[in-house]
Amino acid sequence: MGFYSSASFFIALVVAIVPAAALGLTGHRIKPYGIAASVVMLAFLYSSSMRALGAFLLFLAVSTVCVQFTLASWRSGRKSIALYRICLAATLAPLVIYKVSVAAGPGILGFIGISYLTFRSVQVLIEIRDGLIEDLGIVDFLYFLIFFPTITSGPIDRSRRFLADATARLERREYLDLLTRGIILLLVGAVMQLVIATILLSLNQVAPDAGLPNVSTIAMPHGLRGVARAYLYGLYLFFDFAGYSYMAMGASYCFGVRTPANFRAPFVATDIKDFWNRWHITLSTWLRDFVFMRFVRMATKRRLFKSRLTTACAGYLVNMTLMGAWHGLTASYLAYGLYHGILLAATEVYQKRSAFHKRHKKDRWYLVLSWFITLNLVLIGFALFSGQAQTIVINLMKGAIDG
Amino acid sequence: MDREELEEQVLTMLEEICDDEAVREERDIDLFEAGLLDSMAAIEVLVAIEERFGVDIAPTAVERDEMNTVNKIIHQIEIRL
Repeated sequence: MGFYSSASFFIALVVAIVPAAALGLTGHRIKPYGIAASVVMLAFLYSSSMRALGAFLLFLAVSTVCVQFTLASWRSGRKSIALYRICLAATLAPLVIYKVSVAAGPGILGFIGISYLTFRSVQVLIEIRDGLIEDLGIVDFLYFLIFFPTITSGPIDRSRRFLADATARLERREYLDLLTRGIILLLVGAVMQLVIATILLSLNQVAPDAGLPNVSTIAMPHGLRGVARAYLYGLYLFFDFAGYSYMAMGASYCFGVRTPANFRAPFVATDIKDFWNRWHITLSTWLRDFVFMRFVRMATKRRLFKSRLTTACAGYLVNMTLMGAWHGLTASYLAYGLYHGILLAATEVYQKRSAFHKRHKKDRWYLVLSWFITLNLVLIGFALFSGQAQTIVINLMKGAIDG
Repeated sequence: MDREELEEQVLTMLEEICDDEAVREERDIDLFEAGLLDSMAAIEVLVAIEERFGVDIAPTAVERDEMNTVNKIIHQIEIRL
């Protein structure tokens, strides 16, 4: 059963929300029911593949053992960094093995949601080491991982925030407000993903169905068609993923959990840094907190680089290359990550060094120009992401060679 | 270390990181809004706090709005000393 895409899922979702709403509206805690509902929904999700189910259960077992061991070490005061590192490596291992094996051929240890679950487990481990999580029961930890509304593709919540919501007993009026907003988010997200994104995809199909409007059947110069395709693809990506994210948020709200938003009008961004504060926000803030900031902190402590600016640039490159690799170990995704790393580093240097930027950064014409450049840089990034850019380059090179 | 000494050391530290004496003047203004701190400098503040005061503040331990003025930074160090 495909989450947020198949009719059977939406029927199951409505059926699952009814008891949650009844509990919430009568002032009861939703958590025990939420756990049961998640288990049933995940049984539907993984029922089609025993291997996926096995990989999922193995992941849960490894994560739970690692978290409990690290927690015990920190509570006892021993605080073994070696143990922490082993646990971190073991938690990351399934995802790394899966990504490497997929790049090499048939993937092993994979299941739907593995990338997103890994983020959640790693956050818990790191925050135990930081002393921010001192107590975490096995059931609470597992609920955080298996919470079905966000399991397949996020948004990536944080455990302390999630559990504060999940364990809170909401007042009737408070829950009614949350439920109403949840239903609206579900409907808005459904229109964005199932209607608008589907239309955009159909407009952009390479081999269009007869009779449907399509970019390739509208008369326009050849060069312009490629640009039109890139814009349509960017819009499609946004409506597809933002639509999904709103539905996941909406379903979470119905279960009393205020899952954070993933998108905030990304196409109005006026620079690439601004874009990443608006696009796939829970991924970029996760990477900021657990990769970028820690890398910069380590580099600053060890005086790895001479200036703050060089440190920032190295941080952006490491951060975004990792982001690309997390999407998948293919040339397209790695190029996408590296591209954004370079763009962020270049933006940082430009904004810090350029007197021109400092003089005009508040001018209207400058903001409009920055917005236009940013939008097109973002679309080039999407073309790298989809592999379209590589095809264009290969075709150009072929054309040059064949004369 | 008494409060005055702590305040003086924090101000000296921020002056160095922000490269601006303005941090001394107004202790309750938002340093990010005033353009005195950005996210990179904020990480340097965390590192400097650890090196000078032996106080370890993890990046996700405090929200930005809990550490965006001179007085709030002093407070965050004080409660951990």
